[in-house]
Amino acid sequence: MRRLKWLGSAATSVALGAAVLGMFGGGEAAAQGKQLTLCWAAWDPANALVELGKDFTKQSGIEMKYEFVPWTSYADRFLNELNSHGKLCDLLIGDSQWIGGAAENKWYVKLNDFFDKEHISMDDFVPATVVGYSEWPKNTPNYWALPAMADAVGWTYRKDWFSRPEIQSAFKAKYGRDLAPPKTYDELKQVGEFFQGREIDGKKVYGAYIFTERGSEGITMGVTNALYNYGFSYDNPKKPYQMQGIVNSPEAAKGLEFYKELYKCCTAPGMTNAYMQEGLDAFKSGQVAMQMNWFAFFPGLYKDPNVGGDKIGFFVNPAGPKGHFTQLGGQGISVVATSEHKDDALAYIKWFAQPTVQQRWWQLGGYSALKAVVDAPDFPKSAAFAPQFLESMGIVKDFWAEPSYAQLLLDMQKRVHDYVVADKGTSQQALDLLVKDWTKVFKEQGKDVASQ
Amino acid sequence: MSTIIHPDHAAMTGAGEVALSQPMKHVRGLSDRTIAWLFVAPTIALLLAINIFPLVWMIRLSFTNLNLSMSYLPLRFIGLDNFTDILGDEDVWFRLQTTARFVLWSVALEMVIGFGLALLIKRQFRGHSFWTTIILLPMMLSPAVVGNFWTLLLQPQIGPFNHFISLLTGVPASSFSMTGEVVLAPWTIVLVDTWMWTPYVMLICLAGLRSIPDYIYEAAEVDRASAWRQFWSITLPMTVPFLMLAVLFRAIENFKMFDMVNLLTSGGPGSTTELVSITLKRAAFEKWRTGYSSALAIILFVTVFGAANIYVKALNKVKQR
Repeated sequence: MRRLKWLGSAATSVALGAAVLGMFGGGEAAAQGKQLTLCWAAWDPANALVELGKDFTKQSGIEMKYEFVPWTSYADRFLNELNSHGKLCDLLIGDSQWIGGAAENKWYVKLNDFFDKEHISMDDFVPATVVGYSEWPKNTPNYWALPAMADAVGWTYRKDWFSRPEIQSAFKAKYGRDLAPPKTYDELKQVGEFFQGREIDGKKVYGAYIFTERGSEGITMGVTNALYNYGFSYDNPKKPYQMQGIVNSPEAAKGLEFYKELYKCCTAPGMTNAYMQEGLDAFKSGQVAMQMNWFAFFPGLYKDPNVGGDKIGFFVNPAGPKGHFTQLGGQGISVVATSEHKDDALAYIKWFAQPTVQQRWWQLGGYSALKAVVDAPDFPKSAAFAPQFLESMGIVKDFWAEPSYAQLLLDMQKRVHDYVVADKGTSQQALDLLVKDWTKVFKEQGKDVASQ
Repeated sequence: MSTIIHPDHAAMTGAGEVALSQPMKHVRGLSDRTIAWLFVAPTIALLLAINIFPLVWMIRLSFTNLNLSMSYLPLRFIGLDNFTDILGDEDVWFRLQTTARFVLWSVALEMVIGFGLALLIKRQFRGHSFWTTIILLPMMLSPAVVGNFWTLLLQPQIGPFNHFISLLTGVPASSFSMTGEVVLAPWTIVLVDTWMWTPYVMLICLAGLRSIPDYIYEAAEVDRASAWRQFWSITLPMTVPFLMLAVLFRAIENFKMFDMVNLLTSGGPGSTTELVSITLKRAAFEKWRTGYSSALAIILFVTVFGAANIYVKALNKVKQR
């Protein structure tokens, strides 16, 4: 009986203690037991987000749980989750191209009212990221996500190799100019050819690493960088969905040919199905002089003890004969419509949108899209790759973001891989077939596809 | 209001017997047929739920335009459009040809090597059990593991396979890519599948070889039949049903091969090794063309089912001989 009494008084003390903590501990105790699941890809910035999220938990008391999936199965996994109205994710950092489907299918919560209520203005974010990650229909003020992770394709190079006098003089003797990070695609190919098969420190090295992956989105995210700069567009800006003569224009065919030439002349053997990780491996192991990859990986590469620091340099995707663009990457953060914790998820977005949090996001290795961060005078000096990132975000173009994007993407993967890696047909034939495939997809979607 | 009888009390008074005998009476009143149905009903319900219902649902979907990535579009009945689309699609026919070539070569090699190994293993030699275990190892691995480690083995720069070929032929190791070249990639998937599944064929063949009674060979020896003659007149004819069974199992399995090939080549380079199962997976779970992929799945099902039926009839004829 005495023991029971003791237990009773202990329980009362605990309950009282909890009540006192509730009074003085604010949200933390009140939110005890609350949990949000955030879904994203498993990569370097995700680790930075986990670190950043600790501040949110400290302030709100809401525990953050993460579901990170490797890039190769990221789209399959989360689109399946959205399609099946699953409740795994409360917050989803979904790829930019999903926005059309997510909006049309009502997988995401529309954020306009929330933004108005919380005074979150899309004018405060880099315009390309707002169009790319948040808007559907594009260029209309209908927002389905908050720009979360700005990203684009950029290049790294071995600064230490480029600066060696013997390599410099050999390059000058061959090409009559100084060896420097390429500014045009012709220069890129020259530098690639120059390094291809060259022996450096007793090791055979290769010119460049480019995306060639077949299964998900790899080769498309690589080849578009060349295509845009050779004059490729997705459709006629004056006649939406008119692709004939635009997608398969002679200029676009030349861009595709160039990518194949680059693949043939300057990449390491066996890079027939390679994407982000293979590029990082190739660069970190000292195998290649230049690497195409997403800016998201550059903080990690800069910290690498073997190839980072003074040994690494960065450059913007080179210009082509018809323009200067780069492929947009990155994602926005959305509230999943089936979430049972929508209010908490919106609270996370409100917290994430704050300039101080965005500043810390950039410091931890994420890429903020907030103008207050990236337009700050000291931003270009805040990281070795910051100037290139800024420049790239000004010249980005994105793939289709239509609800049928997955079909459009897989068709392009097939046609481009067939031509570039499997040597099937000509570049013109590949793009002609692509127009045929895309026309069929849009017709199925009920779009009015103009043929001429 | 129900009466609860305490078990102890029931045992003493016999009230439990009365309570228990009530349901028993009902059971006794059921016919054997009904009891049998009661027993199989849960299994049938389970089969209906997880096999038959999805199949019927899939057949229904195959006549629609359903695309899960555009589920906001109205669901329309489109008749046989999906089927005519598939059967008129050049790409699908290419994928079927690729699959047929893969099945043909891999099963042929597995049969020849598997049967050869079974003939060797049948002879009791020193270390016989050890070598049998070693030979069986590949088939015990998961196809995902096999796909991943062969990807590493075949890597042109660090993979031992290319270095081994280089040692034999003098061709530089990094000058060719087994999974990345149009000419080599189809053979690579055949090679890896053969490596993995030959032991399985060997086991079936071994069962066949061990089922041949010794007295037949003894009689043949009395008749002075040579080893070659014994092989052609006794061993081969008597193991044919087993060989045919192995062909059936492996052909069906390889027709739906997905995991290993997807990991090795992702169907590439280009679409060189894109088996029809990869096409189906892409249509269903990457492009989300549910109606179209349901139709493709039905076509594949009918193809395999039809071919297997013809084959089983042939197998039965061989057995009757």
